[in-house]
Amino acid sequence: MGPFDLNLIWAGIIAFGIIMYVLMDGFDLGVGILFPFAPDNDARDVMMNSVAPVWDGNETWLILGGAGLLAAFPLVYSIILPALYIGVFLMLAGLIFRGVAFEFRFKAKSSRYLWDWSFAGGSSLAAFAQGAVVGSYIEGYNTVDKVFVGGPFDWLTPFTVLTGFGLMAGYALLGSTWIIMKSEGYIQRWAYRITPYLVMVVLGVFAIISLWTPFVDELVQHRWLSYFHIIGILPTLAVLCAWKIIHYVRKRQEGVPFVATMGMFVFTFLGLLVSKWPYVVPPNYTLYDAASAPESQLFLLVGLLFVVPVVVAYTAWSYWIFRGKVRVGEGYH
Amino acid sequence: MELDPVLLSRIQFAFVVSFHAIFPVFTIGLASFIAFLEGLRLRTGNPLYERLSKFWIEVFAVVFGMGVVSGIVMSFQFGTNWSNFAQATANFMGPMLSYEVLTAFFLEAAFLGVLLFGRGKVPPGVFFFAALMVAVGTMISTFWILSANSWMHTPGGFEIRDGTFHIVAWSEAIFNASFPWRFLHMVMASFLTGALVVCAVSAWFLLRNREVEAHRRALSMSLWMLLFLAPAQAVVGDFHGLNTLEHQPVKVAAMEGNWERAGGVPLLLFALPDQANQTNRFEVGIPYLASLILTHELGGEVPGINETAVEEQPPVAIVFWSFRVMVAIGLLMIAFAITGLILRRGGQYWQKPWFLKGLTYMGITPFIAVLAGWITTEVGRSPWLVFGEMTQAQGVTPSLTGGMALFTLIGYVVVYAMVFTAGIYYLTRIFKAGLETEHTAIPQVERPKRPLSGSHVSFDDDQESDFRGSEQGGTPHGTL
Repeated sequence: MGPFDLNLIWAGIIAFGIIMYVLMDGFDLGVGILFPFAPDNDARDVMMNSVAPVWDGNETWLILGGAGLLAAFPLVYSIILPALYIGVFLMLAGLIFRGVAFEFRFKAKSSRYLWDWSFAGGSSLAAFAQGAVVGSYIEGYNTVDKVFVGGPFDWLTPFTVLTGFGLMAGYALLGSTWIIMKSEGYIQRWAYRITPYLVMVVLGVFAIISLWTPFVDELVQHRWLSYFHIIGILPTLAVLCAWKIIHYVRKRQEGVPFVATMGMFVFTFLGLLVSKWPYVVPPNYTLYDAASAPESQLFLLVGLLFVVPVVVAYTAWSYWIFRGKVRVGEGYH
Repeated sequence: MELDPVLLSRIQFAFVVSFHAIFPVFTIGLASFIAFLEGLRLRTGNPLYERLSKFWIEVFAVVFGMGVVSGIVMSFQFGTNWSNFAQATANFMGPMLSYEVLTAFFLEAAFLGVLLFGRGKVPPGVFFFAALMVAVGTMISTFWILSANSWMHTPGGFEIRDGTFHIVAWSEAIFNASFPWRFLHMVMASFLTGALVVCAVSAWFLLRNREVEAHRRALSMSLWMLLFLAPAQAVVGDFHGLNTLEHQPVKVAAMEGNWERAGGVPLLLFALPDQANQTNRFEVGIPYLASLILTHELGGEVPGINETAVEEQPPVAIVFWSFRVMVAIGLLMIAFAITGLILRRGGQYWQKPWFLKGLTYMGITPFIAVLAGWITTEVGRSPWLVFGEMTQAQGVTPSLTGGMALFTLIGYVVVYAMVFTAGIYYLTRIFKAGLETEHTAIPQVERPKRPLSGSHVSFDDDQESDFRGSEQGGTPHGTL
């Protein structure tokens, strides 16, 4: 394995990419999910304007994740994508519809309502499909000799439907706390009002999933029971974050709820990782089984170390440029 | 009838990749044209080049954006439909595809924003540099993706251990046998596409007497480009063909419709290949010409399709005819290029309505030629996925059923039909709006840094009445 373990480095990179994607595309998908419930059309304009400058940068992490998985852990790519064949299609279709809606809604007048639906529907579909991916990962995949052998709808179970709606609620929470931060007046008041309800929904789903998971996965059951004093820290921190959101929404603090929501996601994500480690294609294959050849991992790592800092810097810069509130009638349409 | 997941996956991949390909094919050429315009502007200081460049950057933004959207789908296709192939070749395909993606993102992050939104905010020299880097970047992207594709035709630098390809020599794998010619052929095809679209759009404006001075120059530049590139592409294509003859003889045999190895083979202009009987049903050809082209000798031997076992032959009719479509369009381009040269005399090239009208129609042909060329080379590799190493049937996802593949195939067709109809409709609106739409400067802080938002034209009917009005009033906004 040499002086440093390439597999671990790559696992770190992919994990970093996934959480970056979830946090960043999460709030802009969430804005889309909340779109039909917005108080009025002006509010919808503000909501869309608040994410328009950054959404496509957010989605680059998904494409990078897809290509990076193929390069570093091809087994994940070649088992999970076939297992989720229909789900992946739905996610992509959703992402395409909402992506195009961003561009054309601002330029449309009479056809604007169509792009509204395209944006809301596409965002919801993509979020649900991603949540189902998480659920299917917890449940595991039916494999023989490193090949998926299950059916086309194995990924669609009561459990994955729950995780699908769970992630939709989570993204909506990211979206509503983002709107709190980026808006003012009646739009901000609306976002303040719905946020505690969303927290309750997310916590509810979170609790059901936590109680349910040990029953769908023996590994998790065993690990949770034997190491509860260590692993238990993560859900505790997640719940603490949830409490912070509600507390600071009451205090009408603008920035903290969004940061606390991100905290909830990070701790939940870490909780999932330590529960499943080192299985990347549960229940049979670890990240070492899934890895590509070390020379291939190294070959790509060189380029990645060069490009990713540039992309991160660019991302930070565009968020900095577009900092501050978005107001009604402002923007670029 | 049993639905065949292999066939349906092939059709689906062909569909999504063809749809994706038409956008980058255009942007690669267009990026260089824009860089060239910016260079001219920097040297001559003529504001006319800036106006032309502004217009084409708007077009570039929309086309690039649609390329990105359709590209998201591509990065998942290998996993969903060709998982055995993905798993076996990941050691090579993974890094290649990732580098392609990285290059595209690096480009977008570093220079595209400047090109789309930085005019007037950065020094002209920096702006030109950004335009140049976008052009170079599209080329680097092409480099990686064509290396990956060429490797599937002429794999090199690998050894197979436990059914998995391991790369033992990266330079041999990346610069594999067919890569240099394929790359050159493709880059030139992109330049030709850019040139012909610029020709077509300029001709369309000239026919309507709009912004004559600017579009005359654009037409002149792109016609020179066409005159140089169209014949050169024929030569490069010939070398690419010779390379294929060496490494994939059965593909060349199928392109020529030549079933039996023979000397003095005619160049078939028309034939109905009959794969079941391993012969052509009806032939019209020019004697000796195929031998002459492929071996540079009148009596030279050309390999026959039937040297390859029937089950390892590509579908001959498709390869044969798509090749002819590509070549015919290439010849048509050369004809237009030469006609353009003849019409230079007295500036007729921008005044003759029949020529301008012809050029307008030519705008669509490079896309057809490029797709026909890709169909020739890709179907010509069939039934292999990695030539000589892995077949399509071996590479397909084992759990994929015909029903699933049909579902997503229909799904992609429907989604693309809706989304890209909107995109292409919007593009035609930009063309209609033309150079005349002078855009009010919006402070940079309020602008998103995304490709498609680099355009300002309205999506539906509101603005149209404006320039219809101005069209009736003769040349709008005066001449330059």
